[in-house]
Amino acid sequence: MTDESIYQEIILDHYKHPHHRGLREPFEAEVRHLNPTCGDEITLRVHLTGRTVEDVSYDGEGCSISQASASVMTDLLIGKTVDDALSIHDEFLRLMHSRGELEPDEDVLEDAVAFRGVSRLTARVKCALLAWMAWKDAVSQASGTAGDTGAGATSEGAA
Amino acid sequence: MSLDVARVRKDFPILDREVRPGVPLVYLDNAATSQKPTQVLDALRDYYELHNANVHRGIHTLAEEATALYEGARDKVAAFVNAADRREIVFTKNSSEALNLLSYVLPLGPGDEVVVTEMEHHSNLVPWQLACTRTGATLKWIGLTDDGRLDLADLDRVVTKRTKVVAFVHQSNLLGTVNPVDVVAAKARSVGAYVVLDASQSVPHMGVDVQALDVDFVAFTGHKMCGPTGIGVLWGRADLLEQLPPFLGGGEMIDEVTMAGSTWAALPHKYEAGTPPIAQAVGLGAAVDYLTDLGMDNVRAHEHELTAYALNALQQVDGLRIIGPTTNDERGGAISFALQGIHPHDVGQLLDERGIAVRVGHHCARPACLRYGVPATTRASVHLYSTTADIDALVTGLDHVRRFFT
Ligand SMILES: Cc1ncc(COP(=O)(O)O)c(C=O)c1O
Repeated sequence: MTDESIYQEIILDHYKHPHHRGLREPFEAEVRHLNPTCGDEITLRVHLTGRTVEDVSYDGEGCSISQASASVMTDLLIGKTVDDALSIHDEFLRLMHSRGELEPDEDVLEDAVAFRGVSRLTARVKCALLAWMAWKDAVSQASGTAGDTGAGATSEGAA
Repeated sequence: MSLDVARVRKDFPILDREVRPGVPLVYLDNAATSQKPTQVLDALRDYYELHNANVHRGIHTLAEEATALYEGARDKVAAFVNAADRREIVFTKNSSEALNLLSYVLPLGPGDEVVVTEMEHHSNLVPWQLACTRTGATLKWIGLTDDGRLDLADLDRVVTKRTKVVAFVHQSNLLGTVNPVDVVAAKARSVGAYVVLDASQSVPHMGVDVQALDVDFVAFTGHKMCGPTGIGVLWGRADLLEQLPPFLGGGEMIDEVTMAGSTWAALPHKYEAGTPPIAQAVGLGAAVDYLTDLGMDNVRAHEHELTAYALNALQQVDGLRIIGPTTNDERGGAISFALQGIHPHDVGQLLDERGIAVRVGHHCARPACLRYGVPATTRASVHLYSTTADIDALVTGLDHVRRFFT
């Protein structure tokens, strides 16, 4: 394994022992996102209380990068305010679009800094972003329906 | 005479490169595209350095030369697939364009049916889906058996007197299966349907005789047969192409134009609107010469032997499941597989770290992946320059992948 390898220990750990996996109730929005070029898929639910991301639960199939990224993301976003979570999301996007050039802020991104190597591989960036795109989609739907006691909105999208 | 693979490899400069220092390339992504021999690269360079001009339009020397080279490439391709008439060879930009062309010009309407198979590449599926949406026709398909073959028991149920077009793949890019063209074509003929064959994966790997196949149209693509990208071929029976309407309009494809209307050029120009891919056609002509010199029977025999070797070696890998025929009869050298518990992306990535190029994903044949319950596969595919050493490197690489993830 080279230093260049995208398979950092952190990524493998999250892949083999994913955090917060499985779909949980309650939730205000559920989305399903696909990565059409490779068949990765994720179903993701968001539960908000007020402006806090109370829970993010997910299920799906995919490569180690997409699965580890979902696990890392839930660690980062659960318990944050929606605004803080969105800014972490933006920071992660910036890292993934940096082609390895950005020195990531470990205080903000924590374990997600391990994805820096992935950002060099355009073919894999989509894998790393799948869960984050799904979360952004779900949270904007949930924000729309927050306070609603009705059933969660469901949507499908392709990442 | 058999193929001297060591000599063949010398014709392909890219096979000597390292992917990164000390890591030589092991190229097993031939079903996606083939590498190009110097003979083809030289033909491209020669064309641009010495003969470049537009075709069919000038009376100057370069225009004459360019036209002769372009039309000469058509003769070579016609001979390569044994077309009865050079006018039956239409140059397109790839197979996809050839198949789209057919999906526009073949007459369809409400109540008509188009039949494809569940193993089609998206290029021979989506155009027909679109044609059906446009015309009100209905799409039907022949299913697959568990071992990766067409379910011919479906044939009589699916192909009926409402069927107007039967379009199917000769050799599957995902499964490697070589389909029984005669059986499907005979059924299609019995109901009077047009027969369209996607030969993208067969023409590069076996001698294909379009007259012997008893089909109406055949599509193939230059870049998979050692030619350049940007050039493909539609072969069609002259009497049919003559009757059917044109596809794209523009320069070259017309006979007489007035503001009130136009008439069409004779074949094949009727289907070649605008400046064609001239250099690419010339390059394809050189590729066809190259393959003809080696002999397609020799190419096929080499790949057949290598496929047997690969099927056997891969089945020794723990947790590996081949998606497609596991036996080497009626099968080409594209082998898809799943490695238990490891996503194809991860397989492909780790193999790449060892210089091994394979394809991962659904290979533009998503319905067939769904049929076999896998979102994606890893696919290794051989060509005339592939060797048992390539397969050995793959198998060693796969053992490494398994150890890495367990
Ligand atoms: C069976 C088959 N049909 C059609 C195509 C499309 O070829 P192209 O992309 O050159 O149009 C391919 C290759 O990608 C193929 O393998």
